[in-house]
Amino acid sequence: MTHPASHSPSLWQRHQIFEKNSIILVIGILIAISIGGLVEVLPLFYLKSTIEKVDGIRPLTPLELTGRKIYVREGCYNCHSQMIRPLRDEVERYGHYSLAAESMYDHPFQWGSKRTGPDLARVGGKYSDDWHRDHLRNPRSVVPASIMPGYPWLEQNLVDISHIGENMAVLAVEGVPYTADMIKSAVSDAKTQGSADDASTADFTKRYPKAISRDLGGNVGRLTEADALIAYLQLLGTQVDFKLYDDKANIR
Amino acid sequence: MNGITEKKLSFGELGLSFVLALVAVGAIFVAAKAWTPEFAFHAYLFAAAAIAGVFAIGNRYFARPAQTPQEIDGKPNYNFGPVKFATLAALFWGIAGFTVGLYIALELSWPIFNLDLPWTSFGRLRPLHTSAVIFAFGGNVLLATSFYVVQRTCRARLAGDLAPWFVVLGYNFFIVIAGTGYLLGITQGKEYAEPEWYSDSWLTIVWVTYLLVFLGTLWKRKEPHIYVANWFYLAFIVTVAVLHLGNNAAIPVSIFSSKSYIVWSGVQDAMIQWWYGHNAVGFFLTAGFLAIVYYFIPKRADRPVYSYRLSIIHFWALIFMYIWAGPHHLHYTALPDWAQTLGMTFSIMLWMPSWGGMINGLMTLSGAWDKLRTDPVLRMMVVSVAFYGMATFEGPMMSIKSVNSLSHYTDWGIGHVHSGALGWVAYVSFGAIYCLVPWLWNKREVYSLKLVNWHFWVSTIGIVFYISAMWVAGIMQGLMWRAYTALGFLEYSFVETSEAMHPMYIIRALGGGMFLIGAIIMVYNIYMTIRSPEPAALGTRAALVPGE
Repeated sequence: MTHPASHSPSLWQRHQIFEKNSIILVIGILIAISIGGLVEVLPLFYLKSTIEKVDGIRPLTPLELTGRKIYVREGCYNCHSQMIRPLRDEVERYGHYSLAAESMYDHPFQWGSKRTGPDLARVGGKYSDDWHRDHLRNPRSVVPASIMPGYPWLEQNLVDISHIGENMAVLAVEGVPYTADMIKSAVSDAKTQGSADDASTADFTKRYPKAISRDLGGNVGRLTEADALIAYLQLLGTQVDFKLYDDKANIR
Repeated sequence: MNGITEKKLSFGELGLSFVLALVAVGAIFVAAKAWTPEFAFHAYLFAAAAIAGVFAIGNRYFARPAQTPQEIDGKPNYNFGPVKFATLAALFWGIAGFTVGLYIALELSWPIFNLDLPWTSFGRLRPLHTSAVIFAFGGNVLLATSFYVVQRTCRARLAGDLAPWFVVLGYNFFIVIAGTGYLLGITQGKEYAEPEWYSDSWLTIVWVTYLLVFLGTLWKRKEPHIYVANWFYLAFIVTVAVLHLGNNAAIPVSIFSSKSYIVWSGVQDAMIQWWYGHNAVGFFLTAGFLAIVYYFIPKRADRPVYSYRLSIIHFWALIFMYIWAGPHHLHYTALPDWAQTLGMTFSIMLWMPSWGGMINGLMTLSGAWDKLRTDPVLRMMVVSVAFYGMATFEGPMMSIKSVNSLSHYTDWGIGHVHSGALGWVAYVSFGAIYCLVPWLWNKREVYSLKLVNWHFWVSTIGIVFYISAMWVAGIMQGLMWRAYTALGFLEYSFVETSEAMHPMYIIRALGGGMFLIGAIIMVYNIYMTIRSPEPAALGTRAALVPGE
């Protein structure tokens, strides 16, 4: 194509530089795909308004963290969200809408994308430990129309907490405020939380304020995967006291 | 030299054998000290694969000529071995992935199918389904077609000697590790990025090699221009590498543990996950498959690409805008509003370049529309472009916040994904496979066009069942969740909305079953094509269609 009136090459001809040089094409692609990602991701790390200032958020206890690993292992996020949207029906069904602060120690986040089952962001404290145990073993024993799979193996498997300290140490490197003391006492803390009337409960609740500590599985002396998962589920959404939380202070 | 070269082990053969031997020793060491039996199993798999690799290199050395010619009689000596392998692997993984999909659809209809066993429960099988269809089936289609197209459009043999085989076999090994890992409960819990740190590291090595083979072939090209399909393949390879590295940044708990923790957390992790997740759609499932459109539709229709200028605009606009669209997966969440609004805005704008691509694909048929009546392979590819147009209209619509408040978390999303995945990605893949197999195995045409026609109709009706069931299920459930009684109470409990899905879930399983039957018809057809003794007549191949 020629333009007799103009001597400068057309934009289409200029484009040939990409069509004739693979490296220039790669650089062009890298620039084109970088801009959007940088603009959307980077500010989230430095804008102070990204994560609300709230009281009460503590890192997961060793047993809750173990429970969370089981939650991830079994793929619970495929059917359950942990993110309540600020819509009237959701707030009435599930509770106060989720805050960014509530998942700030979650590596990775488990907000989910599909609700084949209900949201779990505030399931903590809504049902008894016994209910959870029955529900995990056979969901239809407590919710007849449920389509959730049964997880009977969770109460048969003794939980593996031997390396939970190493897990916490990695999370500490990534910014979760686990102290050396917490990491050192990880295994005993896990046992304490899963049993009733342990002498070390006072030390444990000093490290993890307001954490529950009881015989979660109705099986004294045995700490099972179901116990760990129940400890995690009973914590979900209970850390922020919304009677004291000021919505207006954190309008973003 | 008298034209005779002494046969000796190449640097690559020696080097790779040495590295693989080291991997085998290291893997056995890790297996011996692994914290869990599941991780030990994976370490042994690595060791076995590495040892098999060393033997394969040895075997190949004894079978190969002293030097592989780049050209024979002035024509490029194309390397089609890895292409054939990836094509057959795509068929295998396709059937596997569709079957698992059907199975989990049955689990949602009747939970007894979960069998109360860990490795058959929905939470572990669903990632197996998504990874099998996206990365195993789709990935092998992309490997096969990209290695075919880049050679043909550059008129050059694939760069590297062992490297293309390393890419194809290494990628499929990654799939085996990832898939068995899900069943054993090894996952990092990020959707579409479930494989753990060691699988991710292995994939990184494979992927960088893939990029180098692709670029190396471009550098050997005999054509002055890089053909438009290769721009899309290149954007797909480069961007997927960036996304993979960004989203999977993690610290392993120990080299003896499969567990790692993603360095990102909470809201930042959510943003990075959907920056990755949506662009896995944009670059893996769109850019790569648009490359297939730009090569296979012109070839099959024997028409040039409709508009060269539209290809340029379409290409740059698509890759620039797609990357912004991720936050539409996080509407009304704790992600800051400014990010949600940006994501929505770009998602809506993305409609335009998407339809630019659709128009370029469809209009390539101008002057050849009559072929739709007679050629079911071309019909499949054209319908795939139509589905692309439909899904890329539906997507921007669902990214509008008020629509999303209804559709999010429901089966509408599942329906949307499957109109894209079945109608667009799988159909254009099937079309490409029907073209590719006769070309690779030197046959005149597929065994039976009549069976292609059956495949087309059975699976099309299956898709219609699938997506309409999911539309109804999604919109109904979304409305039931927000329904109020006259007294101002929520009208339905959650489980009541779940019960209402039951008939739709059965219809969905029926649709998925039909799609699987269609694919089985294809596998039979391909098997018979490869077995058929009839060779291709010379000169039946259409001339190369340049992008200019």
